[in-house]
Amino acid sequence: MSATESMSVFSPKLSARFDALVLKYPVKRSALVPMLLYAQDEIGYLSDAAVAEIAHRIGITQLEVRNVASYYSMLRFKPAGKFNVQVCTNISCMLRGAYDLYERFQEELGIGHKGVTKDGVFSLEEVECIGACCWAPAIQVNYAFHDDLDPDQVPGILDSYRKQATAEAKAHNA
Amino acid sequence: MPKLVSHPDEVKIVSRRFGMGAAEIDTYIELGGYESVKKCLAEGPEWIINEVKASGLRGRGGAGFGAGMKWSFVPKQSAKPKYVLVNGDESEPGTCKDHLIFLHDPHSVIEGTIIAGLAIGAKMGFIYLRGEYRYLIEIMEKAVADAYDRGFLGKGIFGTDTEFQIITQTGAGAYEVGEESALMESLEGKRGIPRIKPPFPAVVGLYGGPTVINNAETIASVPHVIAMGATAYCDAGSARNGGTRLFCISGHVERPGVYELPMGYNLKKMIYEVAGGVRGGRKLKAVVPGGSSTPVLLPEEIETLGMDFDQVGKAGSMLGSGGVVVIDDHTCIVEFALRTISFYQHESCGWCIPCREGTDWLKKSLTRFHAGFGSASDIDNMQYLAENMLGRTFCPLGDAAAMPTIAFLKKFRKEFEDHLNGKPCPYARTGVPELTVV
Repeated sequence: MSATESMSVFSPKLSARFDALVLKYPVKRSALVPMLLYAQDEIGYLSDAAVAEIAHRIGITQLEVRNVASYYSMLRFKPAGKFNVQVCTNISCMLRGAYDLYERFQEELGIGHKGVTKDGVFSLEEVECIGACCWAPAIQVNYAFHDDLDPDQVPGILDSYRKQATAEAKAHNA
Repeated sequence: MPKLVSHPDEVKIVSRRFGMGAAEIDTYIELGGYESVKKCLAEGPEWIINEVKASGLRGRGGAGFGAGMKWSFVPKQSAKPKYVLVNGDESEPGTCKDHLIFLHDPHSVIEGTIIAGLAIGAKMGFIYLRGEYRYLIEIMEKAVADAYDRGFLGKGIFGTDTEFQIITQTGAGAYEVGEESALMESLEGKRGIPRIKPPFPAVVGLYGGPTVINNAETIASVPHVIAMGATAYCDAGSARNGGTRLFCISGHVERPGVYELPMGYNLKKMIYEVAGGVRGGRKLKAVVPGGSSTPVLLPEEIETLGMDFDQVGKAGSMLGSGGVVVIDDHTCIVEFALRTISFYQHESCGWCIPCREGTDWLKKSLTRFHAGFGSASDIDNMQYLAENMLGRTFCPLGDAAAMPTIAFLKKFRKEFEDHLNGKPCPYARTGVPELTVV
């Protein structure tokens, strides 16, 4: 086992995935964007340590990694909530009430665009088109789509995720 | 889960396996899958290109360039490896067709990619999906793994000595990456900024090798072209526009959804019959025919309009990505224009100035205008600005912001004028935070 592997900031599973990923492409660097996203999925954001390890694994500078990461709207350098609520307000969703939906999420969570709730369970984002135009208005909570929504469904959606967060926290502490 | 819809006027070719469980490889094979690629292996590259040319299949991403023609531009001999790229970055507002293809028929994308590879002599293909489509990437990855297990991908595909590999790739949130050269940059692990052309991808593309890049729907159509025969596929459409298209009808209609209709299908009928008409019995105010970058059309412009690349082009707009966005008479066009331009401002990659500064300026002007703080000269200024962005950017994103702006200003000038002098917008909703001018 090499030094980087034993000191990896990622889980053994993700670490192994990255080992394979850098060999998958004709050029190592092609693994960069997927690695950044998968790293974020695990850690919650792109920490300094994650950036450093990815740079090392690909063989480019940390500056190059940051330069690429800062381009993509899904990537972030600060933690988001456990559940990142992304409300699309682009035209197709807007026409079917996305602004009302977004407002309801803001009210229920007490946060605005890119805000995080105090308990760290939720964050909120107004996002561009997510490719669910015919099932508008639509949102994504992390990667899960919820479509054809009504503002009155907002408390129920949040509740189910809140329960999930509580259950996972309990399991973690047990 | 996205709802599937249907209508008697639909001609189901690309969508014929939707809802039938064809993401499972056995079901796909039972439904006739992977027969086209076998035929192509037997017939050879020249035959494939001629079939696709004869089918009249044109690029479904928006540009409408002939797929067979595009493939024929790739040099036969090349020192560098050639590649096939499938563009599944689907990000044009109003467009969600590839979403359904990846969900319901991932193997058609794989089969189409192999066929494109055979046509140009490539040994490797990439299927690039936008990062938000994680659950669809997982479906694609499973389908690719299953295809490898069956020997449909790998060193010797279908028992021949032909090699073809497929790699799936995720984006991480960027509309601009849907532009072909920006997608190549992203796939090479860089910021998704466009490359200057020429050289075109067919000559110098991914990793510097000759590359064919097609939209996912175009690729998914290819196995059907081969299975039906070029003539039968072509005849399903209109003149110079072969086949069918997945139209994503969204906005103020009774039955929004993705409908597969013949090329050239009348837009009015599409709205009133296929999608059930304008929601709540309201009147039609306008329609965006092909995704948010295409110039808006008025009700009187769609009466006899057939939805194909040539007819919509003649009407002063574009067929684009097939995203038909229907707007009713209770909508504020200034707000709609603002939301459209806000998107392009957000997504401009910043590489070239007319787009970076132009979209920003347009957004600022429209924000101020919609809030009731506009001036008469703003209307002409916005038009002047948009006209000067046209054709002056590295990639079509600048045009994508400028074209709809010009159409909104020209066709709804009166509504813009009504917003002047602090006069409250009759349709505006109140309390949209980002529209409040402090």
